[in-house]
Amino acid sequence: MQAFRTVEGTAIPLMEANVDTDVIIPIQRLVGSGREGLGEYAFERRRYLPDRSDNPDFVPNQGPYKGSNIMLAAENFGCGSSREGAVWALMGMGVRCVIAPSFGDIFFSNCFQNGLLPVRLPIEAIRRIAEQTEESPGNARTTVDLERKVVITPRGETIPFTVDDRKREAMLDGLDDISLTMKHAEAIAAWRDKDKAARSWAWESVA
Amino acid sequence: MATTMFDRIWDSRVVADLGEGWSLLYLDRLLVHDLSGGRAMRELAEKGRRVAEPGKVFAVPDHALSSAPGRTEHTYPQGAKLLASLRERAAYEGVRIFDIGTPGNGIVHVVAPEQGIVLPGLTLACGDSHTCTNGGVGAVAFGIGSSELVHALATQTLPQRRPGTFRIRYEGVRPAGVTAKDMILAAIGRFGAAAGTGMAMEYAGSAVRAMSVEERLTLCNLSIEMGAKTGMVAPDDTTFQYLAGRPFAPKGALWDAALADWRKVPSDPEARFTRDEVIDMAELAPQITWGTSPEMVSDVTGHVPLMEETAPSRRAGLEAALRYMGLEPGQKLAGTRVDWVFIGSCTNSRLSDLRAAAEVIKGRRKAEHVTAWVVPGSEMVKAEAEAEGLHHRFTEAGFEWREPGCALCVAANGETVPDGARCVSTSNRNFVGRQGTGARTHLASPATAAAAALAGAIVDVRSY
Repeated sequence: MQAFRTVEGTAIPLMEANVDTDVIIPIQRLVGSGREGLGEYAFERRRYLPDRSDNPDFVPNQGPYKGSNIMLAAENFGCGSSREGAVWALMGMGVRCVIAPSFGDIFFSNCFQNGLLPVRLPIEAIRRIAEQTEESPGNARTTVDLERKVVITPRGETIPFTVDDRKREAMLDGLDDISLTMKHAEAIAAWRDKDKAARSWAWESVA
Repeated sequence: MATTMFDRIWDSRVVADLGEGWSLLYLDRLLVHDLSGGRAMRELAEKGRRVAEPGKVFAVPDHALSSAPGRTEHTYPQGAKLLASLRERAAYEGVRIFDIGTPGNGIVHVVAPEQGIVLPGLTLACGDSHTCTNGGVGAVAFGIGSSELVHALATQTLPQRRPGTFRIRYEGVRPAGVTAKDMILAAIGRFGAAAGTGMAMEYAGSAVRAMSVEERLTLCNLSIEMGAKTGMVAPDDTTFQYLAGRPFAPKGALWDAALADWRKVPSDPEARFTRDEVIDMAELAPQITWGTSPEMVSDVTGHVPLMEETAPSRRAGLEAALRYMGLEPGQKLAGTRVDWVFIGSCTNSRLSDLRAAAEVIKGRRKAEHVTAWVVPGSEMVKAEAEAEGLHHRFTEAGFEWREPGCALCVAANGETVPDGARCVSTSNRNFVGRQGTGARTHLASPATAAAAALAGAIVDVRSY
């Protein structure tokens, strides 16, 4: 996982609700390819015109938003399919942080597995960041600081956010969950022995 | 203390408390499919690890297989590579595989219940968001991403944060023409596509008690379309009869022991849920979606919302959805011309779904301009349907009878609805481009889909 401490950049105001992972990355791009090189296919169906040039109506293509690292969205960002390719594609197009009022649960978990920070803020706060950015997109800088758990808006307003300590620490250090879980190897083995005796039906039928 | 079914199962599977509401949760069963299974097991090996408990892992290729009659794994060449990798890794790790063309193959969430792999009181995870389907037998089943899948394979556990609980009670008698699909679509329309975020759904009430297991699986399938982590129905005698004798269900003395445990699974009568809602069955009618999120849904007799019926903050979304769908605000849904019909997917491809669709046909033929596909959910469903002669009823009506798999639901197998074509689909997602670039999807029940194929337009199946 890529470690995350602080990012600073122009926030991309993609202020839409229910942006699903099918839109973020079409499934066809995940058949037979790895996690590399997905950036050019992020939002593919909305991002390009039929001749493959940039669609000027798609906000992330516009001026200083293009290639920027913070994305703003409305409710339920990343809903739908569990495809982790949605996270890989967003990161591939340069996004390191998405700020939305709510996220699809699986997408939210997938973000933390890869170093893309999902930040939950009230929609009013996100609208303020969007407005302050749109006043002067070329100069508006938003900062997301995971160590301090704050977002600093272009006009310097500091907005705190919450994140589980467990996830925050893993992300600050770029730690892999498996090694953390392996510290519980003995507890897992003991639990299994106990469960095997108590619920043999759950074990024997697939033995 | 009175406990919900979800919390009871969750508590019974906690290996270690990780603090802040996080637990290390034991997973009784893992399912892997062709799209991510081979890659996850390869990644595991790259990390120098092995599958912790291969007996509890089941590999079922389904996503990237052609559904064309007479298909082989090579009909869709990109899929063949994924399948080869899944097969090779499953053999290396000692994981069971239900390979293409063999009796146990099909859509992973159709296969798991029909094989008795998922059982009441168990936890189950799979790298697929519709894993929640499996909660229909009274299990805690949820979808995960591919990194979490690697973790689950390596340890048979996952660090998880306990979600809240959300119960929907469907009370009353089911009106004619209303199916499990209509019941869950109506709930998503009423509560919204994000209402279940951070929640485990329990579906209860007299109308759910009266349902078959197959219908309960359909109900739970769309839990993720409400944003929920999982969906569940309490196990009861209907569940036990369904599971008895299935290949991986317990037998003999083990069955008796299991049954004793399963009867303790349901929520206590006094259990409190984070959110509790009631839906009066008398208010329900057949549903059909008109937009690009499952919450954009209406009675089939209804119309596309007008701008003034929509909250100002949602008008831009409505406009974008209607532009994509080629519909006008206020337009009546019935009578809208349909080009494609897809009957299939982990939502609605089981035997009872195919029977319901065939029932509607009544010897009629599909409209000339409609392409209609029926894709059975598994080899077992296909064999059972053919034994009843359902395939003849479909083909005589001009529908294509195809091979099992995810097919047009996810369009990961090279099969797509053409750009601009309008498809009434029994699947679960009407997202932009889901069934193909520019494809316009209307979600509905198998009966409503079959009626649309006959009429060549959206129609109210109750009067068709």
